[in-house]
Amino acid sequence: MSYLKDEPLDVRTVAHQVVSAERGGVVTFLGAVRNHHAGRAVLRLEYSAYGPMADAEFSQIIAEAESRWPAKVAAEHRVGTLEVGDVAVVVVAAAPHRDAAFDACRYVIEAIKRRVPIWKREYYVDGTVGWVDPTASAGVSF
Amino acid sequence: MRIRVLLFARYAELMGQTELGIEVDAPATVRTVLDTLRARAGGAQLPPSPMVARNQVHAQLDTALEDGDEVAVLPPLAGG
Repeated sequence: MSYLKDEPLDVRTVAHQVVSAERGGVVTFLGAVRNHHAGRAVLRLEYSAYGPMADAEFSQIIAEAESRWPAKVAAEHRVGTLEVGDVAVVVVAAAPHRDAAFDACRYVIEAIKRRVPIWKREYYVDGTVGWVDPTASAGVSF
Repeated sequence: MRIRVLLFARYAELMGQTELGIEVDAPATVRTVLDTLRARAGGAQLPPSPMVARNQVHAQLDTALEDGDEVAVLPPLAGG
């Protein structure tokens, strides 16, 4: 099983992995493709990944969250070409109560951004193409 | 010793390849591999301290390598 999907993500499928009768608090985070970045209008984008390491990091991050809070967490990330509005990432955290679900969900999405080897290539309406680079002052490298 | 190097995204574009095998003298660290890459075409544009992984685990520039290791040079991550 991989956390990376090259087809549209289905929130219900992800939630189904962790929702249960004992876990009444369920928090879902969806990240969708924005129509603008770094002052440019975005047409579409491509996500690529270092697959085996990305899966290992996803497993590790979810295990960390589940050991820190009484929660179960499931997540998926798109790869390939996405259009504006498409869902790029889904994180669902389910716990007996809402505090743990919110905390675990937040932990996992923040850790995904910091640690999972995934890259984003943006195609802009003006015809230019850039690599999204959160470490660059412009937010993008060409 | 033999090291398998993986390049991704912008770094793969800079160097015109996604994977290469290189020979380095032992003892070697990730830094040794990066110095070797910098001498190759396009390698001079790699940043001084890129994010790196050894055998699919995040590593540091001074992480020691063994024969047959895989070193991945990771551009700034942009998932999520």
